[in-house]
Amino acid sequence: MKKYLERIWNGIVTENPTLILMLGMCPTLAVSTRAMNGVGMGLSTTAVLILSNLVISLLRRVIPNEVRLPAYIVVVASLVTVTELTMQAYLPELFAALGLYIPLIVVNCIILGRAEAYASKNPPLLSAFDGLGIGLGFTLALALAGALRELLGNGTVFGAQVLPESIEPIGIFVQPPGAFLIIALIIAVMNAIGIKTRQRKLVESPCDGRCGLCSQACEQKGGAKDE
Amino acid sequence: MKSLILIMIGSALINNVVLNQFLGICSFLGVSKQMKASASLGAAVIFVLTLASAATSLIYDHLLSPLDLDFMKTIVFILVIAALVQIVEMFLKKKSPAVYRALGIYLPLITTNCAVLGVALTNVQDGYNFVESVVSGFGTAIGYTLAIVLLASIRSRINEDDIPAPLRGAPIVLITAALMSLAFMGFSGLSF
Repeated sequence: MKKYLERIWNGIVTENPTLILMLGMCPTLAVSTRAMNGVGMGLSTTAVLILSNLVISLLRRVIPNEVRLPAYIVVVASLVTVTELTMQAYLPELFAALGLYIPLIVVNCIILGRAEAYASKNPPLLSAFDGLGIGLGFTLALALAGALRELLGNGTVFGAQVLPESIEPIGIFVQPPGAFLIIALIIAVMNAIGIKTRQRKLVESPCDGRCGLCSQACEQKGGAKDE
Repeated sequence: MKSLILIMIGSALINNVVLNQFLGICSFLGVSKQMKASASLGAAVIFVLTLASAATSLIYDHLLSPLDLDFMKTIVFILVIAALVQIVEMFLKKKSPAVYRALGIYLPLITTNCAVLGVALTNVQDGYNFVESVVSGFGTAIGYTLAIVLLASIRSRINEDDIPAPLRGAPIVLITAALMSLAFMGFSGLSF
């Protein structure tokens, strides 16, 4: 039991995908205009993560090593399509707000990163919990960014008025520049109080290019050269 | 013709793929440390994005749409893009080693660049025909290259500056991107 809880703690705190590992920045920047959108996006990604980790872990002895990445992509893309259609049917408003970013969960580095780093080596149930933990960590980070942007840019949090009406909100925070600014400030505050992001220096060679799959591709190329 | 020019300006400047739509952030932040690498990546993106837009548009119009398989587009597009990048890589390696050496290492990076899948899906969403899709893909890639080359040149200046300790590294790059995004918002006045 303890190791399952440890997986969840790991995802939310130790290896928080957005705040510590700095993965999946595209959706973080794009959908954090409202706290509610952030939570919606986070939970959709969580659903895909749990299922993809589970399926990939179950198939880990079946998928040949050479074609594992295309195989993972097919699994993830199918699950994303299922999630997309489900949301379209039952949560049409959220689906409209998130738009393009739902199908783009396919290329979210977090998902392929977890498939490669964890699910391909661990038993199904543990992998599912890993997906849950990482997904919740992602959701919390998105909710935090969303809540801050909504508060500063609109005076509300989760739609409820927080700042008094007499204070004019700073509209720029719900516009695209505000996304970069808020994430920059969150990381700066983390730096200031001594929480280290595990992203090394912002990348020397393109092969340090962070995203799980990118570095994979680079490793493969490096390996190919050695042969 | 006029609509094509509008699509081009719209996708390159007004709805800049990185600064306005947040696609391809990974490589935008990661590779922009060096000017030369940024320019090469930009060139590779222009190449792949234009080809991918053409390929996905053809597949959607002639395969998915007639067969009523619209819901399969995410899966099909991502596989087509991955395969296309592989083929381009093999082709360049064989036929034009010089270009391959310049672009080679960036090609696999592009498969996971969400800008490519994003553009393919937007093209379908906006109901663009083949020519419009290609123009939109090309314009988006130009916008991406513009943004990453600009950021790389700003970062080479920032390196010399005395930045407050907590802002060093990722935060200052993101703040730079925020200011660029602010500047690019000015282009929204161009929408007709």
